[in-house]
Amino acid sequence: MTAPRLFIAAALAAIATLSGCAIQPWVKPYERERLADPIMKFSRDSLAEKHNEHVRDVREGARGATGVQGGGCGCN
Amino acid sequence: MCRLTALLGGVFAAAGAHAVDLPEDRAELLYHAYTGGGVTANGPALLVRKSVLDKVSLQGTYYVDAVSNASIDVVTTASPYRETRTEYGLSADYVYRDSQITLATSSSKEPDYTANSVSLDISQESFGGMTTTSLGFTRGSDTVGKHNAPEFADYAKHWQYRVGVTQILTKTWIASANFEAIADDGYLQSPYRVARVFGAAVPENDPRTRSSRAMKFRLLSDLGHRDAVHADYRYFYDTWGIKAHTAELGYSRYFGDAILADAYLRYYTQTHALFYSDNAQQQTTYVSRNRQLGTFNSVGLGGKVAYALRKVPGSYDVKLNAGYQYVRFKFSDFTDIRTGNPYATNASVLQLYVSSTF
Repeated sequence: MTAPRLFIAAALAAIATLSGCAIQPWVKPYERERLADPIMKFSRDSLAEKHNEHVRDVREGARGATGVQGGGCGCN
Repeated sequence: MCRLTALLGGVFAAAGAHAVDLPEDRAELLYHAYTGGGVTANGPALLVRKSVLDKVSLQGTYYVDAVSNASIDVVTTASPYRETRTEYGLSADYVYRDSQITLATSSSKEPDYTANSVSLDISQESFGGMTTTSLGFTRGSDTVGKHNAPEFADYAKHWQYRVGVTQILTKTWIASANFEAIADDGYLQSPYRVARVFGAAVPENDPRTRSSRAMKFRLLSDLGHRDAVHADYRYFYDTWGIKAHTAELGYSRYFGDAILADAYLRYYTQTHALFYSDNAQQQTTYVSRNRQLGTFNSVGLGGKVAYALRKVPGSYDVKLNAGYQYVRFKFSDFTDIRTGNPYATNASVLQLYVSSTF
Protein backbone atom coordinates (compact mmCIF):
# COMPACT_ATOMS: atom_id res chain seq x y z
CA MET A 1 0.00 0.00 0.00
CA THR A 2 1.46 3.38 -0.99
CA ALA A 3 1.90 6.18 1.57
CA PRO A 4 -1.00 8.40 0.30
CA ARG A 5 -3.40 5.44 0.31
CA LEU A 6 -2.24 4.47 3.81
CA PHE A 7 -2.80 8.09 4.96
CA ILE A 8 -6.33 8.17 3.50
CA ALA A 9 -7.13 4.82 5.16
CA ALA A 10 -5.81 6.11 8.51
CA ALA A 11 -7.79 9.36 8.13
CA LEU A 12 -11.00 7.44 7.36
CA ALA A 13 -10.40 5.16 10.35
CA ALA A 14 -9.84 8.23 12.59
CA ILE A 15 -13.05 9.89 11.31
CA ALA A 16 -14.99 6.67 11.84
CA THR A 17 -13.63 6.35 15.39
CA LEU A 18 -14.28 10.00 16.29
CA SER A 19 -17.74 9.96 14.78
CA GLY A 20 -18.48 7.13 17.20
CA CYS A 21 -18.85 9.88 19.83
CA ALA A 22 -21.93 11.17 18.03
CA ILE A 23 -23.67 7.86 17.22
CA GLN A 24 -24.84 5.78 20.15
CA PRO A 25 -24.33 1.99 20.18
CA TRP A 26 -27.63 0.68 18.82
CA VAL A 27 -27.36 -2.86 20.22
CA LYS A 28 -27.27 -2.55 24.01
CA PRO A 29 -25.23 -5.02 26.10
CA TYR A 30 -28.44 -6.62 27.45
CA GLU A 31 -29.60 -7.22 23.86
CA ARG A 32 -26.53 -9.35 23.02
CA GLU A 33 -27.61 -12.60 24.65
CA ARG A 34 -27.93 -14.42 21.33
CA LEU A 35 -24.61 -13.04 20.11
CA ALA A 36 -22.88 -14.42 23.23
CA ASP A 37 -23.80 -18.02 22.35
CA PRO A 38 -20.84 -20.16 21.16
CA ILE A 39 -22.73 -20.74 17.89
CA MET A 40 -22.04 -17.04 17.09
CA LYS A 41 -18.25 -17.26 17.38
CA PHE A 42 -16.21 -16.97 14.17
CA SER A 43 -13.71 -19.44 15.62
CA ARG A 44 -14.55 -21.89 18.41
CA ASP A 45 -11.59 -24.25 18.72
CA SER A 46 -8.19 -22.75 18.05
CA LEU A 47 -6.21 -26.00 17.53
CA ALA A 48 -8.67 -27.30 14.93
CA GLU A 49 -8.61 -23.89 13.17
CA LYS A 50 -4.83 -23.86 13.26
CA HIS A 51 -4.75 -27.31 11.65
CA ASN A 52 -7.19 -26.25 8.91
CA GLU A 53 -5.12 -23.15 8.15
CA HIS A 54 -1.90 -25.15 8.05
CA VAL A 55 -3.40 -27.68 5.62
CA ARG A 56 -4.53 -24.81 3.34
CA ASP A 57 -1.25 -22.85 3.62
CA VAL A 58 0.66 -25.91 2.45
CA ARG A 59 -1.61 -26.71 -0.50
CA GLU A 60 -2.86 -23.36 -1.77
CA GLY A 61 -1.02 -20.34 -3.21
CA ALA A 62 -3.10 -17.87 -1.18
CA ARG A 63 -2.53 -17.14 2.49
CA GLY A 64 -3.32 -14.55 5.14
CA ALA A 65 -6.27 -12.51 6.47
CA THR A 66 -7.81 -15.60 8.02
CA GLY A 67 -8.23 -14.11 11.48
CA VAL A 68 -6.24 -17.07 12.82
CA GLN A 69 -3.05 -15.83 14.42
CA GLY A 70 0.01 -16.49 12.28
CA GLY A 71 2.92 -18.65 13.24
CA GLY A 72 5.92 -20.26 11.67
CA CYS A 73 5.41 -23.20 9.41
CA GLY A 74 7.68 -25.19 7.20
CA CYS A 75 5.34 -24.76 4.26
CA ASN A 76 7.80 -25.06 1.41
CA MET B 1 -12.49 21.20 42.01
CA CYS B 2 -14.86 18.73 43.64
CA ARG B 3 -17.00 18.77 40.56
CA LEU B 4 -13.94 18.15 38.41
CA THR B 5 -12.87 15.24 40.63
CA ALA B 6 -16.39 13.82 40.52
CA LEU B 7 -16.45 14.22 36.76
CA LEU B 8 -13.07 12.48 36.34
CA GLY B 9 -14.17 9.79 38.77
CA GLY B 10 -17.31 9.29 36.72
CA VAL B 11 -15.31 9.03 33.52
CA PHE B 12 -12.93 6.43 34.99
CA ALA B 13 -15.83 4.54 36.56
CA ALA B 14 -17.61 4.50 33.20
CA ALA B 15 -14.41 3.39 31.48
CA GLY B 16 -13.95 0.67 34.07
CA ALA B 17 -17.57 -0.46 33.78
CA HIS B 18 -16.92 -2.06 30.43
CA ALA B 19 -13.80 -4.15 30.08
CA VAL B 20 -12.56 -6.93 27.86
CA ASP B 21 -12.58 -10.35 29.49
CA LEU B 22 -9.48 -12.50 29.47
CA PRO B 23 -9.81 -15.57 27.23
CA GLU B 24 -11.26 -18.37 29.35
CA ASP B 25 -9.03 -21.11 30.69
CA ARG B 26 -9.17 -24.10 28.39
CA ALA B 27 -7.43 -27.22 27.19
CA GLU B 28 -7.65 -29.02 23.84
CA LEU B 29 -6.21 -32.37 22.86
CA LEU B 30 -6.40 -33.04 19.12
CA TYR B 31 -5.59 -35.87 16.76
CA HIS B 32 -5.39 -34.63 13.17
CA ALA B 33 -4.94 -36.53 9.92
CA TYR B 34 -4.65 -35.37 6.32
CA THR B 35 -4.76 -38.02 3.59
CA GLY B 36 -4.72 -37.28 -0.11
CA GLY B 37 -2.66 -37.36 -3.28
CA GLY B 38 -0.18 -39.86 -1.81
CA VAL B 39 0.48 -37.70 1.27
CA THR B 40 -0.48 -38.51 4.82
CA ALA B 41 0.22 -36.05 7.62
CA ASN B 42 -1.05 -36.83 11.07
CA GLY B 43 -0.24 -36.46 14.73
CA PRO B 44 -1.33 -35.12 18.08
CA ALA B 45 -1.64 -31.52 19.19
CA LEU B 46 -2.17 -30.06 22.63
CA LEU B 47 -3.21 -26.62 23.84
CA VAL B 48 -3.40 -25.39 27.43
CA ARG B 49 -4.50 -21.89 28.40
CA LYS B 50 -4.50 -20.60 31.97
CA SER B 51 -4.98 -17.13 33.42
CA VAL B 52 -2.64 -15.71 36.02
CA LEU B 53 -3.66 -12.96 38.48
CA ASP B 54 -6.76 -12.15 36.36
CA LYS B 55 -4.66 -9.91 34.11
CA VAL B 56 -2.61 -12.27 31.99
CA SER B 57 -3.57 -15.46 30.19
CA LEU B 58 -0.76 -17.80 29.21
CA GLN B 59 -1.08 -20.37 26.45
CA GLY B 60 1.20 -23.20 25.42
CA THR B 61 0.77 -25.35 22.31
CA TYR B 62 2.46 -28.49 21.06
CA TYR B 63 1.80 -29.72 17.53
CA VAL B 64 3.21 -32.72 15.67
CA ASP B 65 2.97 -33.45 11.93
CA ALA B 66 4.24 -36.90 10.94
CA VAL B 67 4.45 -36.68 7.15
CA SER B 68 4.68 -39.60 4.75
CA ASN B 69 5.05 -38.20 1.25
CA ALA B 70 4.53 -40.14 -1.95
CA SER B 71 2.82 -37.28 -3.81
CA ILE B 72 2.84 -37.07 -7.61
CA ASP B 73 5.96 -34.80 -7.51
CA VAL B 74 7.79 -37.30 -5.36
CA VAL B 75 6.64 -40.42 -7.21
CA THR B 76 7.56 -39.04 -10.64
CA THR B 77 10.82 -37.24 -9.79
CA ALA B 78 12.20 -38.46 -6.43
CA SER B 79 11.82 -41.07 -3.69
CA PRO B 80 9.01 -41.24 -1.15
CA TYR B 81 10.05 -40.05 2.32
CA ARG B 82 8.89 -39.77 5.90
CA GLU B 83 9.65 -36.98 8.34
CA THR B 84 8.25 -35.37 11.45
CA ARG B 85 7.65 -31.71 12.13
CA THR B 86 7.27 -30.55 15.73
CA GLU B 87 6.03 -27.10 16.67
CA TYR B 88 5.94 -25.39 20.06
CA GLY B 89 4.04 -22.20 20.72
CA LEU B 90 3.86 -19.89 23.69
CA SER B 91 1.71 -16.80 24.06
CA ALA B 92 0.63 -14.31 26.69
CA ASP B 93 -2.52 -12.20 26.58
CA TYR B 94 -2.72 -9.08 28.70
CA VAL B 95 -6.00 -7.27 29.23
CA TYR B 96 -6.27 -3.63 30.21
CA ARG B 97 -9.74 -2.03 30.20
CA ASP B 98 -11.01 -2.40 26.60
CA SER B 99 -7.72 -3.57 25.12
CA GLN B 100 -6.12 -6.94 24.74
CA ILE B 101 -2.45 -7.33 23.90
CA THR B 102 -1.11 -10.69 22.74
CA LEU B 103 2.56 -11.54 22.48
CA ALA B 104 3.26 -14.91 20.90
CA THR B 105 6.21 -16.94 19.77
CA SER B 106 6.46 -20.24 17.94
CA SER B 107 9.20 -22.59 16.91
CA SER B 108 8.82 -25.35 14.29
CA LYS B 109 11.46 -27.96 13.50
CA GLU B 110 11.78 -30.69 10.89
CA PRO B 111 15.00 -32.33 9.73
CA ASP B 112 15.63 -29.90 6.85
CA TYR B 113 13.61 -26.83 7.89
CA THR B 114 13.27 -24.72 11.01
CA ALA B 115 10.85 -21.82 11.39
CA ASN B 116 10.72 -19.35 14.27
CA SER B 117 8.31 -16.48 14.66
CA VAL B 118 7.34 -13.72 17.06
CA SER B 119 4.06 -11.85 16.84
CA LEU B 120 2.34 -8.98 18.56
CA ASP B 121 -1.41 -8.36 18.31
CA ILE B 122 -3.47 -5.60 19.86
CA SER B 123 -7.25 -5.47 19.85
CA GLN B 124 -9.44 -2.69 21.16
CA GLU B 125 -13.15 -2.70 21.86
CA SER B 126 -14.95 0.54 21.23
CA PHE B 127 -18.39 1.93 20.62
CA GLY B 128 -19.91 0.30 23.70
CA GLY B 129 -18.36 -3.05 22.84
CA MET B 130 -19.95 -3.18 19.39
CA THR B 131 -16.71 -2.70 17.47
CA THR B 132 -13.45 -4.58 17.94
CA THR B 133 -10.45 -3.28 16.02
CA SER B 134 -7.26 -5.30 15.83
CA LEU B 135 -3.72 -4.72 14.63
CA GLY B 136 -1.02 -7.36 14.40
CA PHE B 137 2.50 -8.07 13.25
CA THR B 138 4.45 -11.30 12.84
CA ARG B 139 8.15 -11.63 12.09
CA GLY B 140 9.24 -15.06 10.87
CA SER B 141 12.73 -16.35 10.35
CA ASP B 142 13.41 -19.75 8.75
CA THR B 143 16.49 -21.78 7.97
CA VAL B 144 16.32 -24.11 4.98
CA GLY B 145 18.46 -27.23 4.62
CA LYS B 146 18.57 -30.25 2.35
CA HIS B 147 18.80 -33.97 3.12
CA ASN B 148 22.24 -35.46 2.47
CA ALA B 149 23.60 -32.08 1.38
CA PRO B 150 25.25 -30.43 4.39
CA GLU B 151 26.77 -27.79 2.12
CA PHE B 152 23.27 -26.44 1.32
CA ALA B 153 22.03 -23.77 3.73
CA ASP B 154 19.72 -20.85 3.05
CA TYR B 155 17.16 -18.69 4.81
CA ALA B 156 13.67 -17.25 4.43
CA LYS B 157 12.29 -14.24 6.29
CA HIS B 158 8.65 -13.24 6.56
CA TRP B 159 6.90 -10.06 7.64
CA GLN B 160 3.13 -10.13 8.19
CA TYR B 161 1.08 -7.03 8.96
CA ARG B 162 -2.64 -7.38 9.64
CA VAL B 163 -5.58 -5.20 10.57
CA GLY B 164 -9.14 -6.23 11.25
CA VAL B 165 -12.54 -4.99 12.40
CA THR B 166 -15.35 -7.05 13.92
CA GLN B 167 -18.67 -5.26 14.12
CA ILE B 168 -21.96 -6.16 15.80
CA LEU B 169 -24.52 -5.10 13.19
CA THR B 170 -27.80 -6.06 14.90
CA LYS B 171 -28.98 -8.33 17.72
CA THR B 172 -28.43 -11.30 15.41
CA TRP B 173 -25.77 -10.25 12.86
CA ILE B 174 -21.98 -9.92 13.22
CA ALA B 175 -19.55 -8.99 10.42
CA SER B 176 -15.80 -8.84 10.19
CA ALA B 177 -13.24 -7.56 7.71
CA ASN B 178 -9.58 -8.55 7.83
CA PHE B 179 -6.66 -7.34 5.74
CA GLU B 180 -3.15 -8.77 5.74
CA ALA B 181 0.02 -7.83 3.88
CA ILE B 182 2.83 -10.39 3.78
CA ALA B 183 6.38 -9.86 2.55
CA ASP B 184 8.79 -12.78 2.08
CA ASP B 185 12.48 -12.70 1.37
CA GLY B 186 14.95 -15.52 0.82
CA TYR B 187 14.73 -19.11 -0.38
CA LEU B 188 11.01 -19.52 -1.11
CA GLN B 189 11.10 -22.75 -3.11
CA SER B 190 11.92 -26.39 -2.45
CA PRO B 191 15.45 -27.74 -2.87
CA TYR B 192 13.97 -31.06 -4.07
CA ARG B 193 11.35 -30.02 -6.61
CA VAL B 194 12.12 -29.93 -10.33
CA ALA B 195 10.61 -27.97 -13.20
CA ARG B 196 10.26 -29.09 -16.82
CA VAL B 197 11.84 -27.13 -19.67
CA PHE B 198 11.51 -28.60 -23.19
CA GLY B 199 10.47 -31.83 -21.45
CA ALA B 200 13.70 -32.05 -19.43
CA ALA B 201 13.84 -31.90 -15.63
CA VAL B 202 15.71 -28.87 -14.26
CA PRO B 203 15.92 -27.51 -10.69
CA GLU B 204 13.08 -25.06 -10.05
CA ASN B 205 14.02 -21.42 -9.51
CA ASP B 206 11.54 -19.07 -7.80
CA PRO B 207 12.11 -15.33 -7.17
CA ARG B 208 13.66 -14.57 -3.78
CA THR B 209 11.04 -11.98 -2.85
CA ARG B 210 7.26 -12.13 -2.73
CA SER B 211 4.73 -9.61 -1.58
CA SER B 212 1.09 -10.61 -0.96
CA ARG B 213 -2.18 -8.96 0.00
CA ALA B 214 -5.27 -10.71 1.32
CA MET B 215 -8.63 -9.39 2.43
CA LYS B 216 -11.39 -11.42 3.99
CA PHE B 217 -14.99 -10.54 4.78
CA ARG B 218 -17.23 -12.62 7.03
CA LEU B 219 -20.90 -12.50 7.97
CA LEU B 220 -22.48 -14.53 10.75
CA SER B 221 -26.17 -14.55 11.61
CA ASP B 222 -28.30 -16.19 14.29
CA LEU B 223 -31.39 -17.56 12.53
CA GLY B 224 -33.46 -17.77 15.69
CA HIS B 225 -34.06 -21.51 16.05
CA ARG B 226 -30.81 -22.28 17.88
CA ASP B 227 -29.11 -22.25 14.49
CA ALA B 228 -26.82 -19.89 12.61
CA VAL B 229 -25.47 -19.35 9.12
CA HIS B 230 -22.14 -17.87 7.97
CA ALA B 231 -20.71 -16.65 4.68
CA ASP B 232 -17.02 -15.84 4.08
CA TYR B 233 -15.18 -14.42 1.10
CA ARG B 234 -11.42 -13.82 0.66
CA TYR B 235 -9.56 -12.19 -2.19
CA PHE B 236 -5.79 -12.68 -2.52
CA TYR B 237 -3.16 -11.39 -4.91
CA ASP B 238 0.63 -11.26 -4.93
CA THR B 239 3.61 -10.00 -6.92
CA TRP B 240 4.10 -13.49 -8.43
CA GLY B 241 0.87 -12.98 -10.38
CA ILE B 242 -1.35 -15.30 -8.36
CA LYS B 243 -4.94 -14.16 -7.84
CA ALA B 244 -7.21 -16.28 -5.65
CA HIS B 245 -10.81 -16.26 -4.50
CA THR B 246 -12.12 -18.26 -1.55
CA ALA B 247 -15.80 -18.52 -0.66
CA GLU B 248 -17.41 -20.48 2.15
CA LEU B 249 -20.99 -21.01 3.25
CA GLY B 250 -21.84 -22.77 6.47
CA TYR B 251 -24.74 -23.73 8.73
CA SER B 252 -24.60 -24.52 12.46
CA ARG B 253 -27.32 -25.95 14.63
CA TYR B 254 -27.94 -27.33 18.12
CA PHE B 255 -29.58 -30.72 18.57
CA GLY B 256 -30.87 -30.82 22.14
CA ASP B 257 -28.65 -29.30 24.80
CA ALA B 258 -25.63 -31.49 24.21
CA ILE B 259 -24.91 -31.47 20.47
CA LEU B 260 -23.76 -28.63 18.24
CA ALA B 261 -23.26 -29.55 14.57
CA ASP B 262 -21.73 -27.57 11.70
CA ALA B 263 -21.70 -28.16 7.95
CA TYR B 264 -19.90 -26.05 5.34
CA LEU B 265 -19.06 -25.85 1.67
CA ARG B 266 -15.80 -24.16 0.63
CA TYR B 267 -14.72 -23.20 -2.87
CA TYR B 268 -11.19 -22.04 -3.73
CA THR B 269 -9.78 -21.01 -7.08
CA GLN B 270 -6.47 -19.44 -8.15
CA THR B 271 -4.60 -18.37 -11.27
CA HIS B 272 -1.00 -19.43 -11.84
CA ALA B 273 2.22 -17.58 -10.99
CA LEU B 274 3.90 -15.76 -13.89
CA PHE B 275 6.85 -18.16 -13.89
CA TYR B 276 4.81 -21.35 -13.45
CA SER B 277 4.90 -23.74 -16.36
CA ASP B 278 3.81 -27.34 -16.82
CA ASN B 279 6.50 -27.74 -19.49
CA ALA B 280 8.28 -24.47 -20.38
CA GLN B 281 8.90 -23.86 -24.09
CA GLN B 282 11.44 -21.10 -23.50
CA GLN B 283 14.27 -20.59 -21.09
CA THR B 284 13.56 -18.02 -18.39
CA THR B 285 15.36 -16.94 -15.23
CA TYR B 286 12.53 -18.13 -13.03
CA VAL B 287 10.72 -21.39 -13.62
CA SER B 288 8.61 -23.59 -11.38
CA ARG B 289 6.37 -26.62 -11.69
CA ASN B 290 5.11 -26.39 -8.13
CA ARG B 291 1.41 -27.16 -8.66
CA GLN B 292 0.59 -25.02 -5.59
CA LEU B 293 1.55 -22.10 -7.90
CA GLY B 294 -0.46 -23.42 -10.88
CA THR B 295 -4.06 -22.84 -11.94
CA PHE B 296 -6.44 -24.97 -9.94
CA ASN B 297 -9.62 -25.04 -7.93
CA SER B 298 -10.75 -27.05 -4.97
CA VAL B 299 -14.15 -27.81 -3.49
CA GLY B 300 -14.38 -28.84 0.13
CA LEU B 301 -17.40 -30.23 1.95
CA GLY B 302 -17.04 -30.49 5.70
CA GLY B 303 -18.88 -31.19 8.90
CA LYS B 304 -18.21 -31.03 12.61
CA VAL B 305 -20.02 -32.31 15.69
CA ALA B 306 -19.41 -31.22 19.27
CA TYR B 307 -20.94 -33.28 22.08
CA ALA B 308 -21.07 -31.80 25.61
CA LEU B 309 -19.96 -34.74 27.75
CA ARG B 310 -20.06 -32.90 31.08
CA LYS B 311 -21.13 -29.44 31.98
CA VAL B 312 -21.05 -27.82 35.40
CA PRO B 313 -22.12 -24.18 34.87
CA GLY B 314 -19.61 -21.73 36.28
CA SER B 315 -17.09 -24.49 36.93
CA TYR B 316 -16.05 -26.55 33.90
CA ASP B 317 -17.23 -28.37 30.80
CA VAL B 318 -15.85 -31.15 28.64
CA LYS B 319 -16.70 -31.62 24.95
CA LEU B 320 -15.96 -34.40 22.52
CA ASN B 321 -15.50 -33.16 18.95
CA ALA B 322 -15.17 -34.77 15.54
CA GLY B 323 -14.61 -32.97 12.23
CA TYR B 324 -14.25 -34.27 8.70
CA GLN B 325 -13.67 -32.53 5.39
CA TYR B 326 -13.60 -33.99 1.89
CA VAL B 327 -11.70 -31.93 -0.70
CA ARG B 328 -11.52 -32.33 -4.47
CA PHE B 329 -8.56 -30.61 -6.22
CA LYS B 330 -8.66 -30.06 -9.99
CA PHE B 331 -5.54 -28.70 -11.71
CA SER B 332 -5.84 -27.01 -15.12
CA ASP B 333 -2.17 -26.76 -16.11
CA PHE B 334 -0.43 -29.57 -14.23
CA THR B 335 -0.18 -32.75 -16.27
CA ASP B 336 -0.02 -36.14 -14.64
CA ILE B 337 2.95 -37.37 -16.69
CA ARG B 338 1.96 -40.98 -15.96
CA THR B 339 -1.33 -40.59 -17.87
CA GLY B 340 -0.93 -37.36 -19.89
CA ASN B 341 -4.15 -35.96 -18.39
CA PRO B 342 -4.60 -32.89 -16.16
CA TYR B 343 -3.99 -33.92 -12.57
CA ALA B 344 -6.86 -34.20 -10.09
CA THR B 345 -6.92 -35.68 -6.63
CA ASN B 346 -9.08 -36.05 -3.51
CA ALA B 347 -8.13 -35.46 0.08
CA SER B 348 -9.71 -35.98 3.47
CA VAL B 349 -9.04 -34.03 6.63
CA LEU B 350 -9.96 -35.62 9.94
CA GLN B 351 -9.94 -34.01 13.38
CA LEU B 352 -10.84 -35.78 16.63
CA TYR B 353 -10.45 -33.80 19.81
CA VAL B 354 -11.46 -33.23 23.39
CA SER B 355 -11.88 -29.65 24.56
CA SER B 356 -12.52 -28.38 28.03
CA THR B 357 -13.02 -25.02 29.71
CA PHE B 358 -12.35 -24.70 33.42
